[in-house]
Amino acid sequence: MANRASRGRLAAMLAALAFSGVLPGAAHAEGTRVPLPSFSVDRSTTCVAPPDVMRRTHMEMLKHRRDKTVHQGIRGGDESLNRCISCHASKTSGAAIGAPDAFCQSCHDYAGVKLDCFECHQGRPGAQARLGGEAPR
Amino acid sequence: MSEHDDLSRRAARRALLAGAAAALAGVTIAPGIRLIEVAQAAAEPGAPVSSRVRWGLLIDVGRCTEGCSECVLACNRENGLDGGTRPTDSQWIRIVELKDRRTGRKASAPVMCQHCANPPCVDVCPTGASFKRADGIVLVDRHTCIGCRYCMMACPYKARSFVHEPLTHQKPEVPRGKGCVESCTLCVHRIDRGDGPACAQACPTQAILFGNLNDPQSAISRRIAEVQTTQLRADFALGTGVRYTGL
Amino acid sequence: MSGLTDLAARRESRFWALAVAGAVVLAAGLGAAFLMEHQGHVATGMSNEIVWGTPHVFAIFMIVAASGVLNVASIGSVFGQTPYKAYARLSGLLCLALLAGGLMVLMLDLGRPERIVVAATHYNVTSVFAWNVLLYSGMFAIVVVYLWMLMERRMARWSRPAGIAALLWRFVLTSGTGMIFAFLVARQAYASALLPPLFIAMSLAWGMAVFLLAQAAVDAWRGNAPLAVASPELLRRMGNLLGVLVAIVLYLTAVYHLTNLYFARQGSFERFILLDGGAYPLLFWLGFVLLGSLVPMFLLWRPGGGAPRAILAASACVVAGAFAQLVVFIIGGQAFPLEIFPGYDVASSFRDGAIASYAPTAPEVLLGLGGMAAAFLITLVGVQVFEIVPDRTAAAAGGE
Repeated sequence: MANRASRGRLAAMLAALAFSGVLPGAAHAEGTRVPLPSFSVDRSTTCVAPPDVMRRTHMEMLKHRRDKTVHQGIRGGDESLNRCISCHASKTSGAAIGAPDAFCQSCHDYAGVKLDCFECHQGRPGAQARLGGEAPR
Repeated sequence: MSEHDDLSRRAARRALLAGAAAALAGVTIAPGIRLIEVAQAAAEPGAPVSSRVRWGLLIDVGRCTEGCSECVLACNRENGLDGGTRPTDSQWIRIVELKDRRTGRKASAPVMCQHCANPPCVDVCPTGASFKRADGIVLVDRHTCIGCRYCMMACPYKARSFVHEPLTHQKPEVPRGKGCVESCTLCVHRIDRGDGPACAQACPTQAILFGNLNDPQSAISRRIAEVQTTQLRADFALGTGVRYTGL
Repeated sequence: MSGLTDLAARRESRFWALAVAGAVVLAAGLGAAFLMEHQGHVATGMSNEIVWGTPHVFAIFMIVAASGVLNVASIGSVFGQTPYKAYARLSGLLCLALLAGGLMVLMLDLGRPERIVVAATHYNVTSVFAWNVLLYSGMFAIVVVYLWMLMERRMARWSRPAGIAALLWRFVLTSGTGMIFAFLVARQAYASALLPPLFIAMSLAWGMAVFLLAQAAVDAWRGNAPLAVASPELLRRMGNLLGVLVAIVLYLTAVYHLTNLYFARQGSFERFILLDGGAYPLLFWLGFVLLGSLVPMFLLWRPGGGAPRAILAASACVVAGAFAQLVVFIIGGQAFPLEIFPGYDVASSFRDGAIASYAPTAPEVLLGLGGMAAAFLITLVGVQVFEIVPDRTAAAAGGE
């Protein structure tokens, strides 16, 4: 009896923790020590999908679109990672990683998920990806 | 940089490109090869590539000048290679100096991935990262490559390189990174937007001819039908997409 | 009685000393792997010419020996030779230990070791490596089941079917290891249908040698004379078998080279490997042929060859010869340049036409040794915790 009650309480506590931590930029969870992600992004444009959809599905989206690009040769537009980076590059580091306020890095640091992409992909926007931007180094 | 501006600019750019392509249709970018052929053969935007096209190269060894390495420099610039030649540095294309053992005749020729029809590298790759695209280009899907280097053991042409160090200055169009194997992509990122490989366009003597081997009217197909050409190690029956003439 | 307690106490402290020694070497190996993963393979001596180096020499030795070491158990279970049955459990444990060690080295040497899951979920059915993912996992499962059949009295009647399954599976597995190289049409050192049978023969010879050395080590650990537990007749037969297996390996290698020598187009490669390739001919003739084949056969077949000392010396020579043979085969085979333009002398910035140079570096050697340490630890703990090796000292002390 006591076991079931305490297990129920534990489950409720874990659920509360899980849901409170998931929305960066939303109301800070009271009394937590973990800094929520904070990044700068140009909010005058919109992404390919709403933020809450992107948070949950960007990994699946990236996985399927990369296969379309690599295997079927479909590039540009919504399929282009470079286009994502052109908007999401941080103002401090000029890239999607490389600074605590960089877009991809801040959430991934918070969630503790390894960012594998930028071992191969260039995190800085390139001349082709950004309109009127400076040439890549 | 609003969404609307973005869209309209892209539409305008596409129109400009289409107009420019039409205007330049008659201009040759290499002997006999016209932009219009490459652009027409390239897939429509948003459509997957298909096997109705097979990309290939014809290299005229007679035109390759001794001491010239413009194709290598162009490849390095285009793909973000640093041009180093240590045993651990990547080389996607290199100039091979040849000397006939019997006659002493000298020649030089660029060698890169031969984009075989039956690629040994594709057969041996455990994860399928090394694959042949529908249009004949042999590529490495670095999302799946585990870096076992079996494809490097299998390649008869030493086309593949392994990235031995962390990289930071990749070109945005050419992702490459530590722990994966890589090789000449025929500048696939350029082909997919209707352009051709950097080496072919940079060669000062137009020794490298690029085109669609499945189109009998293309410049490369017509030339292959006229002159004697050979595939490297044709005895392996790999059906390479790269052919050499003048060897 | 107090004699037994003393013995147990000594054995306990020796176990911990050995375990710590093994753990230190394993830690060094794991540290080396971390360095390689972090800095990239530039920290090793491997390059775009020699893509498989020292770690692969260790790994392939362990994997091939793992398959062959199970032969001792097969002789007992499958071929019904009763005296061998006492050694079946150690044979099975060594198979698991060596497989684990060898695979550990291979997986840690990958350019992207964190992508092992990708290797397990993306299969290219034409790739030997993809077959191996299934073959090696299956081998683990089969040997675990086989050991269970051997160790549980109620299951004893199933030990023969399990032994047959293990025998067939390891033939396919070791042929697969040979096929990794046999399928490489481009390289003059490989591309031979003789390689799978050669690998089977090597596995049997190396496995026998490793088994004898391991059994002797366990004997010494327990304070017994090495290999003294076996009857002299059985030991003589085991030594004889080792000699025959070494002879078969030498024969197949000779046939492979003779055929190559007959083909004019293979002549320059054979000249390199057998005559003027520097370290490689030295390792081949002195390491493999002399130390690894002729000396063991002499030690085993001369009068008095059935003695434990002769058998152990021969086994050690076979293992040394195995490493020499693998260095010549794997590294020497890659050092010889690919023939892209037959009939031409070639030169390029990518070292076309040039013999590749290679020098092993500390991280590679440590990684290889780390794999051996992993196999050692698994065997050590297995022998200590489970009833793998019959304890004849206790039986003798008990007055049997």
